[in-house]
Amino acid sequence: MKKELRVRPIKNGTVIDHIAAGQALNVLKILGIIGQTDAVISAVTNVPSQAMGTKDIVKVEGRELAPHEVDKIALIAPSATINIVREYKVKEKHKVALPSVIEGLVRCANPNCISNTNEPVASRFIISKHGKSVCLRCVYCERIISENIAEHLL
Amino acid sequence: MFTKKHIISMRDFSRAEIDAILKKAEELESFAKGKKSDLLAGKILALLFYESSTRTRLSFETAMKRLGGETVNMISTETSSASKGETLADTIRVVSEYADAIVLRHSKEGSARMAAEISNIPVINAGDGAGHHPTQTLLDLYTIKRESHLENLDIALIGDLKYGRTVHSLAYALSLYGAKISLVSPEQLKMPDEIKGDLRKRGVDVSEATKLEDVIPNADVLYMTRIQKERFPDPSEYQKVAGTYRISAELLKDARDDMIIMHPLPRVNEIDADVDATKHARYFQQAFYGVPVRMAVMSLVLGAR
Repeated sequence: MKKELRVRPIKNGTVIDHIAAGQALNVLKILGIIGQTDAVISAVTNVPSQAMGTKDIVKVEGRELAPHEVDKIALIAPSATINIVREYKVKEKHKVALPSVIEGLVRCANPNCISNTNEPVASRFIISKHGKSVCLRCVYCERIISENIAEHLL
Repeated sequence: MFTKKHIISMRDFSRAEIDAILKKAEELESFAKGKKSDLLAGKILALLFYESSTRTRLSFETAMKRLGGETVNMISTETSSASKGETLADTIRVVSEYADAIVLRHSKEGSARMAAEISNIPVINAGDGAGHHPTQTLLDLYTIKRESHLENLDIALIGDLKYGRTVHSLAYALSLYGAKISLVSPEQLKMPDEIKGDLRKRGVDVSEATKLEDVIPNADVLYMTRIQKERFPDPSEYQKVAGTYRISAELLKDARDDMIIMHPLPRVNEIDADVDATKHARYFQQAFYGVPVRMAVMSLVLGAR
């Protein structure tokens, strides 16, 4: 049977594959590129996957994602792979690596935390992984974020 | 060897470090009672209190002065540069050029951790909002060590176990010593599940009870806390609960001879005045132990011999 293409291949850009099903739109939110760019972006959700059952895929044409953007993605899509495409060929392929600390990316869920004041301090979290879920502990007030991380993005 | 520069949260401490502080406190206890010392002579402690405090501030000052040191104070924010809009970060930078150590109480959680990152002198957290108050936990542990025993302790934590930061830190610290902890609280003020889960993971035998009478016969320590009226939207509900979690001399008839009662103070009406005269009362002794424990903490972070 001929393999069916849901979205056509891109010439240059980034393909984010193996995103947990349903997280494609959150990945786009983290990248912050909707409405900020002329790039053609495609998001496919609930694609059948041998490894994951179902998965999401995001393709960003004409843009190679920088490492600090990739780290952000790992917060909500820890098993995602990043493919850098040049002239229709995958030139670089790597898994996103969950950073051990993230700074200035997520707002602490505790409204009374010092990082949510006018003090000159960036939010900082220690990241740990429990099974498949990601857990963020605020360095300052020790409040934990383990669900709906995308909602806490700065 | 004690190498910690800052005292921020009990989570930072190993059992060996806690033991080192408690041992030092024991060595210094005679000075807390008035024996002369110049251990911290020439040292200046800055007390930055953005929130009110009686015991904590006075015991830090007492501890410093009894060891021959000096204190400088910023108590009311109305007369300080904070009222002019200065950030805590700037205040810490300035004060860390004046003094040898800072004691900080502030309304925001995480304020002491931030201060420690900025300061080039030791910062001691004396309460950061609903966050941590490690010297309170250390003095609680010291009281248990001196008046009961830390190993294999059977302790009942009573009252507001949901919002009370002292009981959370104490329970966590006791997990390092292998305690059996009974939680006694009204339904609305139960200890959060994640804290209970964390304690169990650390090997603590955690059980829950709703009646004081159920835990009194077996306990080595009854740790009472204040139930705050403002936690209850309905005043009649508060009255009902407050009456249930109240200790009287009569209620203690089934207690073991060596059982002790602790309370971080201030108490309102959760311990009857008639308990004060019983052999079980230790809360005023506990308040006194704040002095040797804070002496120990300061002498260790300031590197006094």
